[in-house]
Amino acid sequence: MTWAVLSQAMGLVFDPYVLLVILCSALFGLFVGCIPGLTATMATALLVPITFFMPPVPAVAAIVTATAMAIFSGDIPGALLRIPGTPASAAYTDEAYAMTLKGQAETALGAGLVFSAIGGLFGTLVMVLFSPGLAEIALKFSSFEYFWLVVLGLAGAVFIGNASILKASISLILGLLVACIGLENPGAHPRFTFGVNELMSGVSLIPMMVGMFAVSELFRFMVDTAPPPKMAAEKIGSVFKGMWGLLKKYRWPLVRGSALGTIIGIQPGSGADMASWMSYAMSKKFSKEPEKFGTGHVEGIVESGAANNSSLAGAWIPAIVFGIPGDSITAIAIGVLYLKGMNPGPSIFINNPQNIYAIFIVFILANIIMVPLGWLTIKLAAKVLRVPRNILMPVILLFCIVGSFAINNSVFGVIVILAFGLIAFLLEENGFPVAPAILGVVLGTMMEENFVTSMIKSDGDPTVFFTRPIAMWLALGTFVILFWPVASWGMRRLRGV
Amino acid sequence: MKFNDAISGSALLALAIAILVNIQSFPKIPGQSIGPAAFPGLLAGLLAACAVVLIVRGLKERAGSAWVTPGEWLRSPHHLGNFLLTIGVLLFYILASEKLGFVICGVVLLSAMFWKLRVRPALILPISLGATLLIHAIFYKGLRVPLPWGVLLPVAW
Repeated sequence: MTWAVLSQAMGLVFDPYVLLVILCSALFGLFVGCIPGLTATMATALLVPITFFMPPVPAVAAIVTATAMAIFSGDIPGALLRIPGTPASAAYTDEAYAMTLKGQAETALGAGLVFSAIGGLFGTLVMVLFSPGLAEIALKFSSFEYFWLVVLGLAGAVFIGNASILKASISLILGLLVACIGLENPGAHPRFTFGVNELMSGVSLIPMMVGMFAVSELFRFMVDTAPPPKMAAEKIGSVFKGMWGLLKKYRWPLVRGSALGTIIGIQPGSGADMASWMSYAMSKKFSKEPEKFGTGHVEGIVESGAANNSSLAGAWIPAIVFGIPGDSITAIAIGVLYLKGMNPGPSIFINNPQNIYAIFIVFILANIIMVPLGWLTIKLAAKVLRVPRNILMPVILLFCIVGSFAINNSVFGVIVILAFGLIAFLLEENGFPVAPAILGVVLGTMMEENFVTSMIKSDGDPTVFFTRPIAMWLALGTFVILFWPVASWGMRRLRGV
Repeated sequence: MKFNDAISGSALLALAIAILVNIQSFPKIPGQSIGPAAFPGLLAGLLAACAVVLIVRGLKERAGSAWVTPGEWLRSPHHLGNFLLTIGVLLFYILASEKLGFVICGVVLLSAMFWKLRVRPALILPISLGATLLIHAIFYKGLRVPLPWGVLLPVAW
């Protein structure tokens, strides 16, 4: 990294307009995360129509900041209402609520805030240290390697999750099929367009995401029969009290959680939710006092609070180096980068290194300002949680409509959000996860293109996919992931018999 | 609304077959084995295989459970109404926004939903109007999105 590039990147970030964008999206993220039923992914989907009109750096800065804030702020209703604000807080919601009932709401929230920020910085550090090196390796990749990389990512999306593998696979295939719609294919034949002109260039990505992640949530709110929750604590004491002690006491769980979170983030298809569930389980396993877990014990919150924020930065590593999203949030972000002409991939490190370093700086900045702004949100939590959702939700729907219209200035966008909102709602009601579908949509074109290019290069000989050195290893990795569940199922059968 | 896996599987199988039939009409690229039909064909094949497994699994689980398990909201007229209204207002916007314009459509949409979600009657109109005008200002003035004026065109601001 040369100083010239770094100072250029500084200039890009420390610009009044960009700083204002960061501040506004931070407040937006904190608010969205705090309201149960509005997720970090939804925050991204709602932001995208606005970032569409911004230059690349502030656009990415808005997404990075808002998601980091939303993932932390999801802890607040978890501790106060026993409802996780975002799915990423679900793993330790009961724990945090139990602490609130014991009169320790400030410690639960303080730990969530401080250790989220530290976890986020840890993930960022890994990203800064490793992605340039990875990019150098990635420059040697040809269409064969990229094909395997995409398959590897998609396999991870299906097999590393807690949904049924069969249903996740179906969801993924549906996503890939959606990516087939339009002219962009070998031969430029209009596939599955049914004569609709708007479908010629494919289903527009942003309206589709707004439909799948925002409108479907709205449907879920409209049919939610659960009674309104009650707040367990009105007054919250000093948030930062005792944090230094916790930091010293739980430094290893903190490092372990941050590291696991980063790794899970890097793995395509699994994001903050998975990171927090797995690290909570790991924390309990390695704890000296596992019997205290579930009774209002802060250790698990420290570890998984750090993990879910570090996974956010981790997810950006494959996203900027290979253009392969690590979770549904980066899938949306990649869509935005393509629209901005800032195509992610290794060449961006050579052609526009200042943009990459600007993203790194934004990550650091976001995790630092999270501390004061998060403190403010905790102080105002009682008021934020009282925002009437029966007024908020319809306004969000109108916002979705305008946002989807704005992308192509066409009412077809509104048709897309209705269709994909309903599809996502039905899929989730029937246990089909939505995240693999969105990865399929984003990666489908890339997968087909690399597959076809490779086949043409090798004159129709598929063995070349296995004989190039790097491609071979990637293929091996893919097959290990693909056959792991089959093998472990077989082992269990053998042992059982 | 939860369907038995056999029903979801049959629907997916039908989709896969429809795709396989549809791609037969795709042109071939002369001198090459891979054309526009190859990739969707492969996917449709995989989808069909998954759908068959899903059907088998659904039939096994069938014993004792219903074909369709309606969610709690389907049995509550209030929540069912909420669901239908959400679809209704979106359809209304799709059909009417060009003619009536964004501002009128926005106010109607918000008022209908506020009313259904039992917002205090006195607040419905002021909040609908305020929120619509705010969103209009952000997108029309701020981001220069050409939101339709519709019948309000003569008084456009």
